[in-house]
Amino acid sequence: MSASVTHTSAPASHHYTTLGIDSRKIAIWAFIGSECMLFTSLISTYLIYKGRSVVGPFPHETWTDPTTGHVLKPILNIPVTSASTFVLLMSSLFMVLALAAVQNKEKPKRNRGERILGNSKLWLWMTAVAGTTFLGFQAFEFTSFVHEGLSIRTNLFGSSFFTLTGFHGAHVTAGVLWLVTLLAIDYRRGLGSRDSLLVDIAALYWHFVDVIWIVIFTLVYLIK
Amino acid sequence: MATTAISAPAYGGEYSGEQSGLWSWLSTVDHKRIGILYLYTALFFFMFGGVEAVIIRAQLGAPNQHLVSAEFYNQLFTMHGTTMIFLAIMPLSSAFFNFLIPLQIGARDVAFPRLNAFSYWVYLFAGIFITIPIFFAVAPNGGWFGYAPLTTKPYSPGLNIDFWVIGLQILGVSSLAAAFNFLTTIINLRAPGMTLMRMPMFTWMAFIVQVLLVLAFPVITIALVFLLFDRSFGTNFYNTVSAGADPLLWQHLFWIFGHPEVYILVLPAFGLVSEVLPTYSKKPLFGYPVMVYSGILIAVLGFGVWAHHMFAVGMGPIADTFFGLTTMLIAIPTGVKIFNWIATMAQGAIRYTTAMLFGISLVALFTIGGISGIMHSSPPADLQQTDTYFIVAHFHYVLFGGSIMGIFAGIYHYFPKIMGRLMDEKLGKIHFWLTFIAMNLTFFPMHFSGMLGMPRRIYTYDAGQGWDLYNAMSTAGAMIFPIAMAIFLYNFFVSRKRGEIAGSNPWGAGTLEWTIPSPPPEYNFAKIPTVTSRYPIWEGKEVDHADARINAQEGKTPADLGIVMPYNTIKPLLVALGLVIMFCGLITTRALIGVGAALMIFSLYSWLLSPLEPEHH
Amino acid sequence: MDNHASMTNLPDSAEAGAHAPHAEEEHAHPTWSTYWKVALILTLITVGEVWAYYIPSFVAGRGFIPTLLILSALKFTIVVMFYMHLKYDARIFRVLFTGPLLVAAITLIGLMFLFGHLYIKVM
Repeated sequence: MSASVTHTSAPASHHYTTLGIDSRKIAIWAFIGSECMLFTSLISTYLIYKGRSVVGPFPHETWTDPTTGHVLKPILNIPVTSASTFVLLMSSLFMVLALAAVQNKEKPKRNRGERILGNSKLWLWMTAVAGTTFLGFQAFEFTSFVHEGLSIRTNLFGSSFFTLTGFHGAHVTAGVLWLVTLLAIDYRRGLGSRDSLLVDIAALYWHFVDVIWIVIFTLVYLIK
Repeated sequence: MATTAISAPAYGGEYSGEQSGLWSWLSTVDHKRIGILYLYTALFFFMFGGVEAVIIRAQLGAPNQHLVSAEFYNQLFTMHGTTMIFLAIMPLSSAFFNFLIPLQIGARDVAFPRLNAFSYWVYLFAGIFITIPIFFAVAPNGGWFGYAPLTTKPYSPGLNIDFWVIGLQILGVSSLAAAFNFLTTIINLRAPGMTLMRMPMFTWMAFIVQVLLVLAFPVITIALVFLLFDRSFGTNFYNTVSAGADPLLWQHLFWIFGHPEVYILVLPAFGLVSEVLPTYSKKPLFGYPVMVYSGILIAVLGFGVWAHHMFAVGMGPIADTFFGLTTMLIAIPTGVKIFNWIATMAQGAIRYTTAMLFGISLVALFTIGGISGIMHSSPPADLQQTDTYFIVAHFHYVLFGGSIMGIFAGIYHYFPKIMGRLMDEKLGKIHFWLTFIAMNLTFFPMHFSGMLGMPRRIYTYDAGQGWDLYNAMSTAGAMIFPIAMAIFLYNFFVSRKRGEIAGSNPWGAGTLEWTIPSPPPEYNFAKIPTVTSRYPIWEGKEVDHADARINAQEGKTPADLGIVMPYNTIKPLLVALGLVIMFCGLITTRALIGVGAALMIFSLYSWLLSPLEPEHH
Repeated sequence: MDNHASMTNLPDSAEAGAHAPHAEEEHAHPTWSTYWKVALILTLITVGEVWAYYIPSFVAGRGFIPTLLILSALKFTIVVMFYMHLKYDARIFRVLFTGPLLVAAITLIGLMFLFGHLYIKVM
């Protein structure tokens, strides 16, 4: 039987396991496996419908509306999305540092640098802020697209784009909420090395969400 | 062979601390109780789906009948399929996953007991959600595979399909959660010495099924999301009319899920039969490694055959050839299993118990279903067979002749372990023979009516096309099922209270679950065994017998043994309820979405922040 | 009280010690130095990708898509191996991840063929 979830991870050591690993870590990887298939279905649909929209706006091409004569520019904004991609990439660095800080919480810090690196609250905040910044970029992108004539109902591109990136954004949002919960625990009773597994599981989820964005950025934004 | 004479009570033991009462069931996290809940609920839905089938067969019994309207007929066959697949067979398999896996691997429970309870409650609530509409004649009516664009708003404007989409979406959550749970359990909670290649074959098949679930369900989740979005938000995924959507998108996504799904439906029954046949042949399963590898191969290949459901849509010669080839290939590992089962029985000391009869019938009936299956694997041949009753015959032979017969074998075999008493063998045999006759009488004629061109999903037909006799035979056969089921249910419920006391190993079986009392105590094993072979009871050495003696002791409470049990908790039920209410809000009042979400999130936080079990050391 | 069973699930056998779960320090942990180097590499690759996007002649060429796919696969692998620790962790996790990844990749490629986005020249 796996131990209780948040009070302490220590009870895991009281329960026999075949592999000597906490069951929750196995479960999160199984979950990540299912997410591979989830996002593959979304990405496949986006790719299937690539270039097949009957009306614009289009991602990389200009489109002239035959009824109104309006010319709609390619709607994707590569510079802005590159910036948000960079922010999300950095959030993974922050997450990894947060985990390291928790794992090494009890070790003595010999200098200022180590103290900064060892500040789990700092890095959890940085991750959450980076994630929220990414979401801000997404919100900006979504609203400006709608403003420019692309909604989820406009065409195949709109439907598949917003659904794919929307699902991703929902995953980021859940991740941010998870991080904030960890922060709350850190403030309440402090996160120490005995909580490593908890933070590790959150980190695995967070990195995976980042990795999905790497794929989306390339397939949706960069490849025409 | 430990068949100690003990006074095993009916379920709900006599030692102090054993729980009883409604609340104990609502708040249980014990895999054995959850398994029993699945069993009862799934048997109920099995009968509900059976009633739908009986009405269908009554309507089709003779030409040009109008017992039901065409519209209601659509609801009947849709719900019959949906109910049987998602509310009956899968949960019946879950009943066995729940009850058996921890016992077979020597564990005290699954990896995540509360998540386990959650899976059940989600299933129950979703099952109610998707079943109630038929009482108001708004049941799903687009076929169990809900092809879009037929199921998009322009062509299915009513609420029917919304119930279907949401119901299936919720059921997916239940199945996925359970899959993560059992996967982790099998990987991480096996007793010392139980290597993967020493696991009982049922657990192996269950393992493979969890992998299939993890990989296949996300795909149908997305297909359903697209349909839901199209219907609710006006997106264009299946909008072939004005947006240029591809009419095949739904079909591909659905069958990428749908084909692994049929292996999800049949592999557990294969696993059960792989426990039953050796027991009543007094021989270990023949070719254990080959059975494992063929199961794995079926799962892997199962992801490469999906478009054989689409041979008639015009995919082109390359796609047709590829999928025809892979479909023919997948017959090989499946056929290998049949041979291994036969070899298991050969020269065994066969006892024809009811469980054994059902087990043997699976070998025979599934083979017939497999033969019609291989006939479909050729695209040109399938052009004639597809969408006719020939296909209906095929899948009922593999699903009824395979999954259901295997599940009944499992029920008769494991009833003593679950309930502590034996079912009546005479009644069991009557149930078996009635079922066997009914099954063949109902479905064999469909090969002929199908070959003669009778299409699927038609609510009536004209006389004189050569179909009349076969339909009459099928209908006659179908009417026998209720009688058989009534006998089964009578046997089941009476034996629960008054059956002969079973003891820990009434059948002389060989695996771990038979070393502990029937029904097992809350904690399963007083002492976690050390395993040194595939059949610990038959082949185990001294240490295994010692464990068996300790484990066969009656009347020990967890406290006696210093075992810590998890708390009962209502939180999984509340989270499940919140989830379902949230989904309900999508088609009723939007306010419910908020209410459901609030209940779900609040209960979820409460669950995550409370310990599974009391602190110890 | 039966001491053998006092620890819930712990078996009686001598293997208990070998199988007792240990804390999360399986193998060497990457250090801060590894982490920032990884971050740097990820940034450089991203910069490279975006840079390539703005070279019209490269974009029009046949190498553009394969290059981008390889670069993003590289980033993917680096994050999974180092940040998600797969390089350092128990083998079971690699199995749990690569299995679904393979099935997903093959399904995606299969769908690309079926919907006409990939062609194979037959005869």
